[in-house]
Amino acid sequence: MKAAPGVLQIRDVEKHFPKDHALGVGEDNGAPFTDGLLPGGTPYDVEAVRADFPILHRPVRGRPLVYLDTAASAQKPARVIEAERSFYAEDYANIHRGLYFLSQRASERYEEARRKVAAFLNARHEHEIVFTRSATEAINLVAPSFGEAFLKEGDEVLITGLEHHANIVPWQMLRQKKGIVLKVAPVNDAGEVPLEEFNKLLGPRTRLAAFAQVSNALGTVLPVAEMIRAAHASGAKVLIDGAQSVVHMGTDVQALDCDFFVFSGHKLYGPTGIGVLYGKEALLDAMPPYQGGGDMIASVTFERTTFAPLPTKFEAGTPAIAQAVALGAAIDYVTELGLGCIGAHEASLLGYATTRLSAIKSLAIVGTAAHKASVISLIMEGVHPHDIAQVLDSRGVAVRAGHHCAQPVMARFGVPATVRASFGLYNTRAEVDALAEALQRVETLFLR
Amino acid sequence: MSETLDLRDLYQEVILDNRRHPHNRRAMADCSHLARGENLSCGDEVVVFLKIDDEGVIRDVAFDGQSCAIATASASLMSEVLVGKTPAQTKSLFDRFHALATGGVESPLDGMEVELERLTMLSGVRDYPSRAKCATLAWQTMLAALQNPKTQRSPK
Repeated sequence: MKAAPGVLQIRDVEKHFPKDHALGVGEDNGAPFTDGLLPGGTPYDVEAVRADFPILHRPVRGRPLVYLDTAASAQKPARVIEAERSFYAEDYANIHRGLYFLSQRASERYEEARRKVAAFLNARHEHEIVFTRSATEAINLVAPSFGEAFLKEGDEVLITGLEHHANIVPWQMLRQKKGIVLKVAPVNDAGEVPLEEFNKLLGPRTRLAAFAQVSNALGTVLPVAEMIRAAHASGAKVLIDGAQSVVHMGTDVQALDCDFFVFSGHKLYGPTGIGVLYGKEALLDAMPPYQGGGDMIASVTFERTTFAPLPTKFEAGTPAIAQAVALGAAIDYVTELGLGCIGAHEASLLGYATTRLSAIKSLAIVGTAAHKASVISLIMEGVHPHDIAQVLDSRGVAVRAGHHCAQPVMARFGVPATVRASFGLYNTRAEVDALAEALQRVETLFLR
Repeated sequence: MSETLDLRDLYQEVILDNRRHPHNRRAMADCSHLARGENLSCGDEVVVFLKIDDEGVIRDVAFDGQSCAIATASASLMSEVLVGKTPAQTKSLFDRFHALATGGVESPLDGMEVELERLTMLSGVRDYPSRAKCATLAWQTMLAALQNPKTQRSPK
């Protein structure tokens, strides 16, 4: 097969992943199966971690579940499930309005969750944390609201060619409404956004740069600190889509100095229906509300409404109270495990998987950035990704097949779709082996 | 039940054969009807070409595009069973095939048992709802082509 540019033929693996080249945090050194010990000898008891996740003990299609779709949504530890259940069973009422015991208790729990998120991101103030429905909704809040406050026709928003549709479409909608110009920093053959190309597109009219910290389709980790510095130097604000990054590495919004940071709860081993927008106080204060309704007002008459202060100005209607509380439990969980340890475990798996899959000659990896999170996008010569995923499913191996809500990334690499295996804090080398064996079965079935 | 057996229901040998060597995968320059179809769930595209004679009988069927094994095998089979059929027969065959692929209610079918028999090899998809769209992509596109004579409009 003539591979598209940037599609790594497996025989090139050694070139792209030399033994002493950083694969993110950890490293596969070809050592025998060592789940339970991170590079450098730090203990990581993955079996104890797996025991925390009830669903991982459920057989699927008569086999043990091999869940390799954590980049789409992570499974939930018992603590998160229990946090949501016990909140409903013991503390539930609507928040902010009731003067009675349970409403006050629920309000405290909800605000306690906000404090946990603020600490998790190292935000300066709790009120810089706005709860949304998802990372997608958080970007959809910023686009029109920031746009209304700060953007005029002809102003530029800069994104990259690696973005999820959630960080493309809201800006296109704003373009439609306000006549802004959307610029896209190009992606190189390895699936990276070269800093010099990004910097070239920063101009006097660039008001905002919005980009993912980790590509959901390819796993590329972007040099966000440098990108933020460059954007700020040219006078632009910065939004980081952290949906794929907060799960792999620690986040410090003050150190990054980003102006906005968004992520979703369900990818962080928390519940669905809850997302987070962090925004710098001065910016959020200057931005108009994005939805009107209850909770977000100070006072309402038919003549005039005054809005509530942050963060409730942006939280119209009854929020996902129980989900916020359970997100707090998820943050406790990953914080106790340690994001450094989680990232090192995942990087070790990524290295092992990259090596292991090299035995399968018909496979090619799409996206070969020097710095990757634990995501591998694959194509197999002559076999459609859906057929691959179907065979994997018959063996209990759950992967994502498709365009991963990143069609421009697929177009960049000249493929309609890929199979994506993503590794989370509970995955093991044995599961990588199961993936490799299932892929060999695909070869036998379709390519013999 | 063994999962491998399930998979064999879906990927029967005859499906794999049709995928490896699809029949009538070609462009048809002298077609009378054509349409382009897309499976929105995966982005697969197919173009279906029909040659319908003055009596309203389908004389030739072809398809083009890259798609998964199920969609390719289904298009290949469709291109064979529709030759000699009228649009009305085609629609009733589609209804039965759709029921077969989705586990829906089967409408009565006048004749064409042989054709239906051949299509049953795709019935494995009914256990995989996400793949029913793959199996019916070429058929849905063919129905659009019936409404889209080449002389009046270019392909959608």
